[in-house]
Amino acid sequence: MRTRIHPKNEMTLRFPSLAENERFARIALSGFVSALDPTIDELTELKTAVSEAVTNCIVHAYRDTVGEVTMTVRLLEGGRVYIRISDKGCGIEDVGQAREPLFTTAPDEERAGLGFAIMESFTDSLRVTSRRGRGTTVTMQRTLTTRTRP
Amino acid sequence: MVDIVYSPERSEVRAEVSGELDHCRAADLRAAIDLEIMKRVPRTLVLDLSQLAFMDSSGIGLIIGRYKLMSELGGRVVVEGASPATAKLLRLAGIFRICTVHSFEEGLKV
Ligand SMILES: Nc1ncnc2c1ncn2[C@@H]1O[C@H](COP(=O)(O)OP(=O)(O)O)[C@@H](O)[C@H]1O
Ligand SMILES: [Mg+2]
Repeated sequence: MRTRIHPKNEMTLRFPSLAENERFARIALSGFVSALDPTIDELTELKTAVSEAVTNCIVHAYRDTVGEVTMTVRLLEGGRVYIRISDKGCGIEDVGQAREPLFTTAPDEERAGLGFAIMESFTDSLRVTSRRGRGTTVTMQRTLTTRTRP
Repeated sequence: MVDIVYSPERSEVRAEVSGELDHCRAADLRAAIDLEIMKRVPRTLVLDLSQLAFMDSSGIGLIIGRYKLMSELGGRVVVEGASPATAKLLRLAGIFRICTVHSFEEGLKV
């Protein structure tokens, strides 16, 4: 059994799947994570990963409709950042295929099919769980480089 | 914001994109840039990203889409002023293989 590491700080946001909230989610993440004194590169990469996950909820999960997106961020011991973004949208048929670089179900909208590839390369771990008709949860973790932290 | 300038002597449309390039903004940017491309049919489209504060894969989609359009018209795309973070995305997406990229990171032409 895995024991849950007690977070030093934690926040949860709930917002409708409107495109203008892509920016809001990035700003909220920045503001919250800045307590850990990340480097500019680390912050940019985490913002990019969050932007990809939230955009997927807006573009894919709630296609032609508006639904709720939930984003939880935890700051853990040792400079570790935990991010979970979930929706109750259409779900993903085949997660393995969806995670492949360049795979997209919306090529005519100029989606590049790189969202999951970016989340994966900009974090230490990416977990995607999904059920058709029920929704999708993306969990990412990244340990920030120790700078001023003890 | 996007600032679009046409220079007939160079047959070049230059689009300077500022602010943040995400899914929310991509459709408007695409419409503005494509309008100018279709009007001018230039040999070169320069996407100047030096004033960009943020970009995600929606920006990659925008660049690839313009690359396809310019290829159909017999032209090319040059990407300029990419920050180190943006250059990392461009590399991950293989943009260096289809467009000429000038980034702050590389210093010179790649
Ligand atoms: N939250 C989600 N809900 C439903 N489908 C999703 C979700 N996230 C991703 N997908 C599916 O996975 C595919 C790949 O996602 P991604 O790598 O971000 O590429 P893109 O968004 O450019 O299509 C999408 O085209 C879509 O079919
Ligand atoms: Mg995506």
